[in-house]
Amino acid sequence: MIPVLGLVVGVVLGLVISPEVPTWLQPYLPIAVIAALDAVFGAARASLEGIFNDRVFVISFLSNVVVAALIVFLGNQLGVGAQLSTGVVVVLGLRIFSNVAAIRRHLLGA
Amino acid sequence: MADREEDAGPAPASASSRRPRLRRRAAPTQAEARRRLRAFGRFRPTTGQLVAAVLTAMLGVALVAQVRVTEQAGLEQLRETELVALLDDVTNRANALREEVDQLEEDRTRLLGAEGDAAAAEAARQRLQSYQILAGTVPVEGPGITVLVDDGGSVVTQTMLLDGIQELRDAGAEAIQIGTVRVVASSYVSTDDEGRALLDGQPLGSPYTITAVGDAHTLAGAMAIPGGFSDSLRSAGAAVTVVEADSVVIDALHEPIEARYAQPVPSTGTP
Repeated sequence: MIPVLGLVVGVVLGLVISPEVPTWLQPYLPIAVIAALDAVFGAARASLEGIFNDRVFVISFLSNVVVAALIVFLGNQLGVGAQLSTGVVVVLGLRIFSNVAAIRRHLLGA
Repeated sequence: MADREEDAGPAPASASSRRPRLRRRAAPTQAEARRRLRAFGRFRPTTGQLVAAVLTAMLGVALVAQVRVTEQAGLEQLRETELVALLDDVTNRANALREEVDQLEEDRTRLLGAEGDAAAAEAARQRLQSYQILAGTVPVEGPGITVLVDDGGSVVTQTMLLDGIQELRDAGAEAIQIGTVRVVASSYVSTDDEGRALLDGQPLGSPYTITAVGDAHTLAGAMAIPGGFSDSLRSAGAAVTVVEADSVVIDALHEPIEARYAQPVPSTGTP
């Protein structure tokens, strides 16, 4: 419950203060957001399966974000930033879809 | 910790005695999942939950910020290759537009500009000048002849005068003055009660001078035609002297009369 409230509070906070994204962060933020979303959906699935662990969630959340940013950084350094970003988005999107599918099966049995 | 509490319920029912920690187990039943969802809805502040809440709050802020940035969609969002492509595109378009501007300006200059304008003005001025000369409303000068006629007492007849004017015109006289009268298209020759010739209703007086602008040699030749103007005047007893000159001046003016009846037919073609 509290993480969901945290998400809502964060969205409201973002709408109210509309933070300026620093330039150095701009290439990494979209991928990082998607990676974090992946972690959140994974956590939702885990909590339905009864194996949710907040330590695991925190670590996976942070590592997802850091690894995603790292991949983008590396891609930019190698000159394949656009392609690598696309790849990361595809992989994370697949994971999000599979997690959502699992959640759906758990809750609706379909 | 929350995990353990949670698992306390379903664990004996669903799974075996071994409890793989944090390992994914067999899929929970629908009832289990729903129960856990309800359990999740309960407010159980633990440290782990709070940390997770902080992380999701950060996610929310980042999400909104990223959406805002994407909405602004500034150039700084683009990568170097995209910027280069964009720059190329813009440069190409700017070049094309500049060429078009040059082309159009050239056209404009040609249509409006000095050449056409000056040419039109020059043509109009020349036409006005030739009309003024034809109508006799301006004094003219140029090469021509001066014919001095001393007839003593009006020996010149209407026919002689008409012949003279006609011969001068045949010889290409561009402007003619007889006595103090400018000869124009509407000039007429008549006689008074005593049979003396009148030009435009005015007596010629004696002696009088005929001045004509044109090719002097041709005009003088026309005057010297046997049986022509000079010949017939001399045979009638008048003294006729023809002088060719590089420059003669015709300063008598004709007062144009506004047409009362004649109206120009409106032009149907292009102006």
